[in-house]
Amino acid sequence: MEHYLGIFVRAVFIENMALTFFLGMCTFIAISKKISTAFGLGVAVIVVLAITVPVNNLIFNLFLREGALTWAGLPNVDLSFLGLLSYIGVIAAMVQILEMVLDRYVPVLYNALGVFLPLITVNCAILGASLMMIDQDQTFAESVVFGLGAGVGWALAITALAGVREKLKYSDVPEGLRGLGITFVSVGLISMCFMSFGGIDI
Amino acid sequence: MASQKEVLIDPIFNNNPIALQVLGICSALAVTINMATTLVMCLAVIFVCTMSNLAVSLVRNRVPTNIRIIVQMTIISSLVIVVDQVLQAVAYDISKSLSVFVGLIITNCIVMGRAEAFAMQNGPWLSALDGFGNALGYSVILIGVALVREPLGSGTLLGYEIIPTVANGGWYVPNGLLLLAPSAFFIIGLFIWAIRAWKTEQVEEPEYEIAPNGQYKEAI
Repeated sequence: MEHYLGIFVRAVFIENMALTFFLGMCTFIAISKKISTAFGLGVAVIVVLAITVPVNNLIFNLFLREGALTWAGLPNVDLSFLGLLSYIGVIAAMVQILEMVLDRYVPVLYNALGVFLPLITVNCAILGASLMMIDQDQTFAESVVFGLGAGVGWALAITALAGVREKLKYSDVPEGLRGLGITFVSVGLISMCFMSFGGIDI
Repeated sequence: MASQKEVLIDPIFNNNPIALQVLGICSALAVTINMATTLVMCLAVIFVCTMSNLAVSLVRNRVPTNIRIIVQMTIISSLVIVVDQVLQAVAYDISKSLSVFVGLIITNCIVMGRAEAFAMQNGPWLSALDGFGNALGYSVILIGVALVREPLGSGTLLGYEIIPTVANGGWYVPNGLLLLAPSAFFIIGLFIWAIRAWKTEQVEEPEYEIAPNGQYKEAI
């Protein structure tokens, strides 16, 4: 149990997707002007990450890994080079399915997320988490916790940035730094704050 | 119709994908700790972006609009797989240190964004130029960031020592912050500032004007 808690805390704070690995930066910068939309997107990312990372883990272990196809009588086949293509396929399909399911059963959430759902397909954080999961050779249970943690961390970071930016627009920023420039500098500062979590080990 | 030169040169400073279009920041920052990985990453992006724009542009009239995203994704990920395999065969160490970021070229918004915004409407030659130009704009920023981070962070450039560090008997105490994540954000922020100080038309409009102080006049 402790082991999984450790993975979770690591994914949320110490190895935060957005602030330490720069993943999902494009959406992170583009959709952080208002807290409410940023939070909505954050929730969507949590849901998608918590589903796609474990699914990709299963796909890797059952089909792609070297020797994984033994059950089909092909012990010498190594399909891991097809990884990228299959992960992105899974992600695109998952987002599509999620969109339909939400539309049918939870219309409130569907309306709240709106245009962000399809955008998530091209969010690097999603693919990045899957690739990291493969890199670290996680088990299925670990990948569930990791996916959830990575999502929570990303959501936390984008909500924090949105909070800062909402206040920031009232301040008098030097001309050239206005908008994008100052946003980058603020992200840098937030990222420094998150670094103070480094060294925490559970 | 934009001229070929404009399509190629514009994205480098006037319409830079990172500094103005806010595309492709994701994979940009983590690889800039040292110059060698940065250069490899730039070459990979230039290759993928040019070829994907070319390929997308070639099939643009045959693909139904509602499945175009999937088609683009497939084209791009096939190209990235090629790059990934070549890197593992030719430069294994660098491919290890780039780890997941080669794969992340797939979701690099520059590649996707240019395929969607430019290659779907324009002919193959112009699209390839546009992809090349945008990837160059991306590379300029990346190389710039790496030029600051590697010498100041570890005293080397491309692995050769240019500032003798204290650890090697020199005088320079390396600034560890430049090897960590936050520094990349600061450097890019300052880069944007520099570009906008030079090209003032890129400055964003403020959302709120601070009202002039009226009470001051009344007091006089």
